[in-house]
Amino acid sequence: MSASTTTPVQVPLPNSLRSGPDGRGWFGEFGGRFVAETLMPLILELEEAYRAAQADPSFREELEFYYRDYVGRPSPLWFARRLTETLGGAKIYLKREELNHTGSHKLNNVMGQILVARRMGKTRIVAETGAGQHGVATATVCALFGLKCTVYMGATDVERQKPNVFRMNLLGAEVKPVTAGAGTLKDAMNEAMRDWVANVEDTYFLVGTVAGPHPYPEMVRDFQSIIGTETREQIMEAEGRLPDAIVAAIGGGSNAMGIFHPFLDDVDVKLIGAEAAGFGLDSGKTAASVSRGRPGVLHGNRTYLLQDADGQIDEAHSISAGLDYPGIGPEHSWLNDIGRVEYVGVTDQEALDAFQLCSRQEGILPALESAHALAHIVKIAPTMGKDQIIVMNLSGRGDKDIFTVAKHVGVEL
Amino acid sequence: MSRIQARFDALKAEGRGALIPYLQAYDPDLETSLALLKAMPEAGADLIEIGLPFSDPSADGPTIQLAAQRGLKAGSTVSGVLNMVRRFREGDAATPIVLMGYLNPIHTYGAEAFCRDAADAGVDGIILVDMPTEEAVWLRPHAEAHGLDIIALVAPNTSHERLVHVLREARGFVYYVSITGITGTASASSEQLAAAVPKVKAVTDVPVAVGFGISTPEQARAAAQIGDAAVVASALIKTLAGTLVDGRATEHTVPAVTQQIKALAEAVRS
Repeated sequence: MSASTTTPVQVPLPNSLRSGPDGRGWFGEFGGRFVAETLMPLILELEEAYRAAQADPSFREELEFYYRDYVGRPSPLWFARRLTETLGGAKIYLKREELNHTGSHKLNNVMGQILVARRMGKTRIVAETGAGQHGVATATVCALFGLKCTVYMGATDVERQKPNVFRMNLLGAEVKPVTAGAGTLKDAMNEAMRDWVANVEDTYFLVGTVAGPHPYPEMVRDFQSIIGTETREQIMEAEGRLPDAIVAAIGGGSNAMGIFHPFLDDVDVKLIGAEAAGFGLDSGKTAASVSRGRPGVLHGNRTYLLQDADGQIDEAHSISAGLDYPGIGPEHSWLNDIGRVEYVGVTDQEALDAFQLCSRQEGILPALESAHALAHIVKIAPTMGKDQIIVMNLSGRGDKDIFTVAKHVGVEL
Repeated sequence: MSRIQARFDALKAEGRGALIPYLQAYDPDLETSLALLKAMPEAGADLIEIGLPFSDPSADGPTIQLAAQRGLKAGSTVSGVLNMVRRFREGDAATPIVLMGYLNPIHTYGAEAFCRDAADAGVDGIILVDMPTEEAVWLRPHAEAHGLDIIALVAPNTSHERLVHVLREARGFVYYVSITGITGTASASSEQLAAAVPKVKAVTDVPVAVGFGISTPEQARAAAQIGDAAVVASALIKTLAGTLVDGRATEHTVPAVTQQIKALAEAVRS
């Protein structure tokens, strides 16, 4: 696993960058399934159920029905005219995932997984959430299908994301604050795994990002890839060609993987992931797992992690609760190592500035997560030609973040 | 012959199962946990399990989570824990020591370096909660080269086919996680153990230790009779935690835990 030791069996790299993971859940040296033995039967059962669903045309039909009539897909691709004029370079398009029901891209994945869970006959759902977007999406589908729902959320996040906690309660979910550690996303993830180990009979663990043990990274990616698939068609229709660059924010990496994946083989399309640099990449207070982490094993997969010299996991820091995670999905780790995706750092302050810019120029309050992607576009768009095109994944809306933003601009709500 | 095998062979000759008490390294500080470790064989420990503190113990209940936090706060590192074992070995060459923890600190240390240094310090086996058989290939060759047993974990929901698969290369002993759940919460009844443990024993010749949810002498006796050993962890840590004042060890800390081990050992031997 580390350079001096052997990596588990791998298949040779296929010609397509889109064909991972291998049969054992590895993307190069990343991925796998590092879970307690109690969870292994469940994960193997899940993989089998997911393969059966993939092979069943009625599953795809059912998913398309819910995407169209419940989630509200396809989401539009919006040409951001004023932002483009202000920045004075490349044309900027926004993929409007914030227009999905519940206000973020999270519902794409949750809808897919819930249909798998139903096929498996599960009656109870547990999930972890940071900002609450995934928790709200999960609570929503559980309400829709009449399933019991428990959402673990770090106590710190419960405090800074109160509207989403209230929303989950309205939807009938039980939100359990987690006080272990710093009370953020990684602690919520630990607690959700503990719940799952203790309730293996009836419970489905609905993972919110492209991380965790195989097959979660692959499955979540597949469900989120609808974002990139639509973007391809929409940009071809609008511009008659593919974009020059695609930028997305990275926490665990699901919105980024969703828009990147259908473009992985288009090597002329530059793919850029904006990690949360917190107070700055070298401040020691970041959530930039690729830029400032190294490979390790946590939450079921081998991937880039923020950790100390002894392999203890560091607390991540970001102004955005959704990016505040010390790891990243294993496919991102692989894409970084092979150089297909560029990972950059964006600070809290840069994201706050971009949040306000987007609000005033496009009439769209972006989630603080998405504002990280926009902040990088603010840097690169002016350096690009007016005939060039950037697409940004506007992964969620910022209504949930107004309290955080207000605090930072010195307004008391 | 490995220390683990020698110990189980000897106990078999005595006609009884083993008591395996657990301590979290550096909980609440290095000297106290080393003193406790040294006192354990005299109190009746047949083998000893030492927890390697980890920041994110996702299969542990609150008792062990807090113990790990105390250990980390007291400065626990992988090499520090190995040193602790080395100091224990200066006075005890016979009692098998098994480390239990999560993968990342070992991964960071490096598979080969860890197996070499652990064996050199006098460690006999390693239990990694988040390393199922499928992912053990990176560690196994080095463990075998240095005579370190990788202890396999199996659970109540492990199917027969999977038992055969997981235990094909079992070494030292098998750790039967007696409940589907986290440490220190529910307990399996002796009826449940009597139904489950023989299924494990049917596919392997190595001894079976029963752990998770064993807290009373009666439960330890039942587990050591139905299986080959009883692991007691959270119950001992609760006792230890109860003696701390402001998070610090007191004169009661080591005696209270050893007293409890004595009671458990008497039950296992009766």
